[in-house]
Amino acid sequence: MDTLAAPLTIAFDYTRSLGPVLGRFMAGLRERRVLGARTSDGRVHVPPLEYDPVTHEPVTDLVEVSPTGTVVSWTWNPRPVEGQPLDRPFGWALIRLDGADTPLLHAVDADELHTGMRVRIRWAAEGRGHIRDIECFEPGETGISEIAEDLEPVEIMTTPIRLHYQHTTSAEEDRYLRALEQGRIIGQRCPACRKVYVPPRVCPADGVAPDEVVEVADRGMVTTFCVVNVPFAGQRLTPPYVVAQVLLDGADIPISHLILGVEAGDVRMGMRVAAVWRDRSRWSTTPENIDHFEPTGEPDAPYESYAEHL
Amino acid sequence: MNTVAVVGFAHADTSLTTSGVETLVPVITAALADAGLGRREVDFWCSGSSDYLAGRAFSFVSAVDAIGAVPPIAESHVEMDAAWALYEAYLKILAGEAETALVYGFGKGTAGDLDRVLSLQLDPYTVAPLWPGAVSIAALQARLALDAGLFTEDDMARVAGRRAEGPYLSCPLREHDVARVADGVAAVVLAANDRARGLRERPARISGFAHRVDPQGLGERDLTTVPSAVAAARDAGVDGAVDVAALHAPFTHQELLLREVVRAGSYLPFGANAMFSAGLSRIGAAAGEVMSGRARTAVGHATSGPALQQNLVCVLEA
Repeated sequence: MDTLAAPLTIAFDYTRSLGPVLGRFMAGLRERRVLGARTSDGRVHVPPLEYDPVTHEPVTDLVEVSPTGTVVSWTWNPRPVEGQPLDRPFGWALIRLDGADTPLLHAVDADELHTGMRVRIRWAAEGRGHIRDIECFEPGETGISEIAEDLEPVEIMTTPIRLHYQHTTSAEEDRYLRALEQGRIIGQRCPACRKVYVPPRVCPADGVAPDEVVEVADRGMVTTFCVVNVPFAGQRLTPPYVVAQVLLDGADIPISHLILGVEAGDVRMGMRVAAVWRDRSRWSTTPENIDHFEPTGEPDAPYESYAEHL
Repeated sequence: MNTVAVVGFAHADTSLTTSGVETLVPVITAALADAGLGRREVDFWCSGSSDYLAGRAFSFVSAVDAIGAVPPIAESHVEMDAAWALYEAYLKILAGEAETALVYGFGKGTAGDLDRVLSLQLDPYTVAPLWPGAVSIAALQARLALDAGLFTEDDMARVAGRRAEGPYLSCPLREHDVARVADGVAAVVLAANDRARGLRERPARISGFAHRVDPQGLGERDLTTVPSAVAAARDAGVDGAVDVAALHAPFTHQELLLREVVRAGSYLPFGANAMFSAGLSRIGAAAGEVMSGRARTAVGHATSGPALQQNLVCVLEA
């Protein structure tokens, strides 16, 4: 059975502190120079190591290597994807720069590659202290640059990350969302403990799939709540406002929702509330069909009726 | 000190929902049935998964729903293939802190573009920002091995039961050299040896278990010798050939590299690349050979990270 599914993109700019070794390496790239780390055995590592793999001491000795090197291994990337150095077919290669003992991975812009091929760095138009200051490699040779004065290390590098997913619902989640589209709220009963879960789910107490479908009311009681006073990015309401756990009549587990239409200071545990649905023309397979909950004016529920949910 | 044995195994390569919980329930139930153990008799639970795979926060917490955590249970999680969760559970029993354990792994590898997701396990300063896919990095490793004359493209194709012909996917890898990406769930039940013998006639006793890791820098290690697999096999006491081995090799050239490390009379073919459960499944399959009586000695192997960076070897005996 095909259940409801929807695309999801997650994006975040990772900012990373670089420290003394990578900070100088990135500062070098910004100035179109490549620095390698010399370890106690005399080997030069590019990209640099921060700690000596033999003595475990911090690496302090950075030496300049050539922007030209030799392809040690390669593969062909016929279909570049988002974020890669080039947007047309290109090669990936492990490249040992002249003066270095270890190869680094990067893209090569060439029509064909072979092991032993000589390639040089093509620098990005503008250096910013990032591995992407190397736009890619290209066939050819170029000399080592003039040794410049000491470089001020780069402290932070930023790397944007974007990942795309297809979220897929379970049969129970699918049933729940399709009911919401019709203005109904359903739960399902655990065959072992007989509790009604809203939304329906595998019973976390018994580890068994839920069974009987149960329609529950769009009204219930506040079990506990908090007053949101802190502003945050993407906030849609102006603080203060109330987020509460609402135990719907017929359910054995509360759902989280907004309580509006009442002063934040007047919301109480046990307060009876009812769903305020959005206009029917806007309903779809989403919990957003319920805009918020509001007090019904009924007498408060007694403490014993919700004590086990606290 | 306790000895530890595998007493039950189940797995599924069916499609998962984003939460995966619904798919875990029947697999865990089947593993417990295979071991003849009740859910409440499990002393320790341990799982392996990663939120990056399906793009859902705290999925391992949701997964605990599948095992029933009321009243409270002893539970742990690793952000690795569940073979490493098995190692944690093994230590727990070895130390006498538990007599039984259930280990499970799950992953919805098809929710996103696995090749891109796996870029994020690379060095975050100098490699990950280039987004080289896992297949491209494996291809660089394959070429080094081919250039070194360790094997040929024909040898690689034979691992997949194919011939080295047709277009390259990521040269020198063809489509048959790359395991299919799949969703997957696996569960293995462990028991201390005295308990194990009461549960089934032929438990698969773990006689050696070790894991090792190679440096993160792709240029910092010899990609053709898999030093961490060699070290793990040595630490696990692999000595000469075992009857059967189940290697976790998402690429055919990796199977060939690993066969040099783990010698066996026969090798169980690798199926789909089910992230976070495939390694545990290999150990379960190897244990199954011992429990069924088809083998007296077996090795289950798991890998993690780019180009066989991290390797785990579990030796099983009747």
